[in-house]
Amino acid sequence: MSRIGVFVCHCGMNIEETVDTRLVAKTLKEYPGVVHAEDYDYMCSEIGQQKIRDAIKEHNLDGVVVASCTPNMHQETFRNAAEEVGLNRYRLEVANIREQVSWVHSDRQVATEKAIRMARAAVEKVRGDDDLEPIDVGHETKCLVVGGGIAGIQAAVDVANSGHKVLLVEKDPSIGGHMAQLSVTFPTLDCAQCILTPRMVEASRHPNIELLTYSEVVSVSGFMGNYEVTIRKKPTYVDTDKCNLCNKCSEVCPVSVKEEFNEGLSERKAIYLPFEQAIPSSYVLDEDACLGVKPIRCGLCQDVCDVGAIDYDMAPETITEKVATIIIATGYDLYDPSHLTEYGGGKYPDVVTSLQFERMVHPSGPMKGQLRRPSDGRPVKSVAFVHCAGSRDPGRHKPYCSRICCTYTAKQALLFKKGVPDGVANVFYIDVRTDGKGYEEFAQGIISGKRIRYIRGKVAKVVDEGDHLTVWGADTLSGKRMEIDVDLVVLAMAMVPSEGTAELAKTFHINVDENGFLKEAHPKLRPVETTTAGVFIAGTAQGPKDIPDSVAQGSAAASKAIAILSSDELSHSPEVAAVNEELCSGCGICASVCPYDAISVERSGIAVVNEILCSGCGVCAAACPAGAIEVKNERHEQVESMIAAALGSAK
Amino acid sequence: MNDNNSFEPKIIAFLCKWTTYAAADLCGVSRMTYPPNISIIKVNCTGEVSADMILSAFAKGADGILIGGCRPGHCRYEDGNLKGANRVYLLKRALKEFGVNPERIREVGIAGAQGLIFQRAVNKFTADIRALGPSKVMSNA
Repeated sequence: MSRIGVFVCHCGMNIEETVDTRLVAKTLKEYPGVVHAEDYDYMCSEIGQQKIRDAIKEHNLDGVVVASCTPNMHQETFRNAAEEVGLNRYRLEVANIREQVSWVHSDRQVATEKAIRMARAAVEKVRGDDDLEPIDVGHETKCLVVGGGIAGIQAAVDVANSGHKVLLVEKDPSIGGHMAQLSVTFPTLDCAQCILTPRMVEASRHPNIELLTYSEVVSVSGFMGNYEVTIRKKPTYVDTDKCNLCNKCSEVCPVSVKEEFNEGLSERKAIYLPFEQAIPSSYVLDEDACLGVKPIRCGLCQDVCDVGAIDYDMAPETITEKVATIIIATGYDLYDPSHLTEYGGGKYPDVVTSLQFERMVHPSGPMKGQLRRPSDGRPVKSVAFVHCAGSRDPGRHKPYCSRICCTYTAKQALLFKKGVPDGVANVFYIDVRTDGKGYEEFAQGIISGKRIRYIRGKVAKVVDEGDHLTVWGADTLSGKRMEIDVDLVVLAMAMVPSEGTAELAKTFHINVDENGFLKEAHPKLRPVETTTAGVFIAGTAQGPKDIPDSVAQGSAAASKAIAILSSDELSHSPEVAAVNEELCSGCGICASVCPYDAISVERSGIAVVNEILCSGCGVCAAACPAGAIEVKNERHEQVESMIAAALGSAK
Repeated sequence: MNDNNSFEPKIIAFLCKWTTYAAADLCGVSRMTYPPNISIIKVNCTGEVSADMILSAFAKGADGILIGGCRPGHCRYEDGNLKGANRVYLLKRALKEFGVNPERIREVGIAGAQGLIFQRAVNKFTADIRALGPSKVMSNA
């Protein structure tokens, strides 16, 4: 006979408001196998946890049910408490009567009845739970960082500085990410590259960091501590060590394409240097643009290369690596401006994105910092900056705020006025949201300086009149319609997850949120963790954020990874499949459905489970025709009793 | 079936702990209400939901069974959701032969961020089962 204790949480009024917790406790106390039941305001508090510990000792409990919030919130908290006084942690279960009862139902009587049934179902589960011990496994010693923008670089350097090996994988030919493209950073107006480049160099020279650029992760298997990743490295056709950056190859290359680093405002050759401070510091041959490297080729670049760095026989490489933990920092893209048809985004050459403007004002950008119209090259004398281009527009575009646009637009308007003191800058805004440290002072300094015209209202339409653009909008403070002629329109584009994020999430078995950003395990308390143990996220891949927040998340993810890398042994959940040898006929159906090859049928004619590979999904248990394989503590008998209790029917 | 006004369907929902169960939690966090007829049982994967579990739920008085897992291609365990779906497809065909309306079993694939979709799915399924009336599996047994 079991000795189960039931603890019903009020959660302040969150549960108590719709569920009569006292009645739940009183009713459960009469339930077979329950020897103790009580209710309390906050079971998760120290006093609440002490009540659980005391009752386990006093009543010699062999199982505990806590009826409270979702198990995803506090199951571990309660299990830790129970374990302190000697109860096996796998004999504590949580009945979810907040998220799945009190918060979704309003009739107190009905909700109370349902809470009673759900608590009884949890009692049935506990009744069948066995004592389990976590399975100790060894682990790999390396950390994989995916994405070489500032968040990924920070994470890689932090992990490497703790003495652990890092593999930094970047899909572009150089690390640096979007930060490398920026002119200056707000609010201090530091040159972006001056602060970024030393970090890039640190990452590339660090003895613990191995850099794999022009590479992408194509598959991941395994579990925390023991992941196996397959990486595909595209050929650059240039030997990084030999290339001396003489530029002769680029000079003779007959092919020109739009230059990604300058957001298409200039052209590059098929063989090119991604940007001056690129790391690895080497030219790259873009095989998509090249006339062809084999079997027929123009060969001009190889002919002029004095150091013999160009190798047309370079082939894609597939690299397999074993890593303990993974940090994903794959960053953002701008929302495609061609979706903003009313502004002529992607159509009118003088309607540019915020990143294009960064390149335009950059002293070493395509215009050498001298602002000229992309269409006709005339100097820019007037600009309309448009906030929230694609952001905060539910239904049509993106519903969320991209967070950094208000502040960078203030910076961009300031840079424009610095370069063109007699120029006219108009900023169309909905509100000005400048949330970071020092940002409000920075933006207000610019706004109150009155040299830039801030107009509260959205832009309705932009018309390209050939020698100028006409911006139609409204000033909602004066109620007047506006019609302004400008030379250039800058769209503060929404940030979106970088291309391929959805595929990447699938590869790493992690979730994305409703906007496609990588989803954290808990929005408040686990912001860089995912629901996959050992996989962490950082930077704008998780949601729009500025540089300091991206760096902070990079460091946070690194600290989580270091905790895994520095542990002697990792434990693996013991809730894995187990075979009843009496019932097993060795048919092998379980082995055929197992996604992890964790089951094999041995010569004895009985299925054997490799507990380290098993993830406890239970597909084998559902497929076994004899009921001979079951997941520990998820046994058929338990589920059947839970169903009966949940339905309020006899077993 | 003629007394549907007082009929309160009993529904068992087997929800994958990675996605649809999380969507149900999100529904709660967002205070989106739905009828209380559904009782949720957390499973690791919809691939874990066996024919036995479904039949047992009917035998114990369930009028409808909702199976909520990952969307195709998003399974935490490679393709457990599809393996589960194949099994349910066959089971539904077999149940039909025994006079059980296969509409009493519904599968949904709902991501953890889709609380609203979970709410709609529960509302719709509860209404549909209410319209079908009580399951006769028990009385036939």
